[in-house]
Amino acid sequence: MSITADVIPRGPKPRRVMDPGRIMLYSILFVAAVYYLLPLYVMVMTSMKGLPEIRLGQIFAPPVELTFAPWTKAWDTACTGLYCEGLKVGFWNSVKITIPSVIVSILIASVNGYALANWKFKGSEVFFTILIFGSFIPYQVMLYPLVIITRELGIFGSLTGVIFVHTIFGMPILTLLFRNYFASLPEELFKAARVDGAGFWGVFLKILVPMSTPIFMVAVILQVTGIWNDFLFGVVFAGTQNFPMTVQLNNIVNTTQGVKEYNVNMAATILTGAVPLIIYFLSGKYFVRGIAAGAVKG
Amino acid sequence: MSATGRPNPYTRNLNAKIAAVPMILTTLVVFVGCSLWTVIYSFSASRALPVNEFVGFAQYERLFRTSRWEQAVENIAIYGVFSLLFSFVVGFVLAALIDQKIRFENTFRTIFLYPFALSFIVTGVVWQWILNPGLGLQETVRSLGFEDFTFDLISNRNTVIFALLIAGIWQGTGFVMVLMLAGLRGIDEDIWKAARVDGIPKWKTYVLVVIPMMRGVLITSLVIVAAGIVKLYDLVVAMTNGGPGIASEVPAKYVYDFMFARANVGQALAASTVMLTTVFIILIPWIYLEYGNRSRKR
Repeated sequence: MSITADVIPRGPKPRRVMDPGRIMLYSILFVAAVYYLLPLYVMVMTSMKGLPEIRLGQIFAPPVELTFAPWTKAWDTACTGLYCEGLKVGFWNSVKITIPSVIVSILIASVNGYALANWKFKGSEVFFTILIFGSFIPYQVMLYPLVIITRELGIFGSLTGVIFVHTIFGMPILTLLFRNYFASLPEELFKAARVDGAGFWGVFLKILVPMSTPIFMVAVILQVTGIWNDFLFGVVFAGTQNFPMTVQLNNIVNTTQGVKEYNVNMAATILTGAVPLIIYFLSGKYFVRGIAAGAVKG
Repeated sequence: MSATGRPNPYTRNLNAKIAAVPMILTTLVVFVGCSLWTVIYSFSASRALPVNEFVGFAQYERLFRTSRWEQAVENIAIYGVFSLLFSFVVGFVLAALIDQKIRFENTFRTIFLYPFALSFIVTGVVWQWILNPGLGLQETVRSLGFEDFTFDLISNRNTVIFALLIAGIWQGTGFVMVLMLAGLRGIDEDIWKAARVDGIPKWKTYVLVVIPMMRGVLITSLVIVAAGIVKLYDLVVAMTNGGPGIASEVPAKYVYDFMFARANVGQALAASTVMLTTVFIILIPWIYLEYGNRSRKR
């Protein structure tokens, strides 16, 4: 049972006539939608006001004098502790962390999921079970030993270090995703390829990968949003010069010195949230499939 | 592949084993190894660096005498109970409403889920601004004429945890809704028809028939969400940084602070071992569901 198949509306078309129950139903949904959208609205409005206007204390009012200065300041010159180079540094750091992490983690997990689905070996299920259990362990439990391991490997406080950690912690959910997907494909396909003489890599690269674009999409979306939104691993393993955007945003907003520039803060917040939001709005269906992969059995 | 004569059990299916090496290393070294290391060294007298001097339960005795830890545990308990309660009730109701063959289903679903695509840092920063007592929601409502309106959760020691709750629920309810919707869509249409024929009211069908049928999805979602709550960290850092004072301290932040800022590794490891134990307890219903049922079926 896959989620996407099920979220397509079923049954007859909605009735045209509105009975009181339907009106009630839509009202509740509408009020809820307003509540969910309000913070986004407040963010956008605040980011386009000047500080004097903000001091009037009207967070819902649209800007009287529209300004984009907070946006350029957030991107270019906002101060994060010692440096005043804006969020752009964090943006590029996040790009440098996210792209390799996504590629490496998906490469490893897809091959691994394939091995678990089609080439079971003695003990493979045991390792898989530990892997799934591992995804529940709080990161704090493994943090210190991982610092020691990455330091011994000479990658602590570097891009490689944080990519390494993302690959490890992306493995459970991605492996589950790929294993379930490959296991759901008809077995005849696999057998036919085997009869034709394809080996481990042949079946994977020539038969399975070409027909698995949707699941790779799901995995990419899951990983890009997850890694972009990460804070803890970035702050511990990336090193000061590689801090991702989330860490920088937190530093900009929560620096104690100077005047609080709420408009700059909100512009910075939108900029940080923009990448996952755009991905979400463009790919709703795949996003839903990815986040539900762990909870709803494939 | 070129095995001649009797296949060697170790080289049989060799490619699959090679493909699984990252998983095997991750499970053995990180999930099992690092967790064990943390548990073992939580019994040591480690201060700034881990040392091999073992002192029994001394770290735990100290931990449970610390008021800061007490506050952290109390906070996460309050946050956990309310967050589970609200996100599941609201998430289920929203899913049930969306499941009434409504128009604009996709629009509503997209709106309810978008906060989940945002990071906890972004969520925390936005709500910190909305709940700002001087310029945010409180001031806006006051300037509308309600001079005595008080909604100052965030700077009050007794209510700050509810400020975190509002933000956390805003971010996470959509996820629960998606899981519940998947569960609802998995229920046979005939059940609804039968209930209608028998004249059972809709709400009664939900409570007496549908929810019990969704037991599997419900338990899995509960476990995933609850295990996530134990990890709560980024939101607190971005929104209150544990303040005012230590009023919004949480266990994950306690661990981080003692590990890196206060150079008291022993305390941090003892605290993270307590977190690990909590997660294991949360996992019990899931283990029962996942493995208990399966063995009974066989």
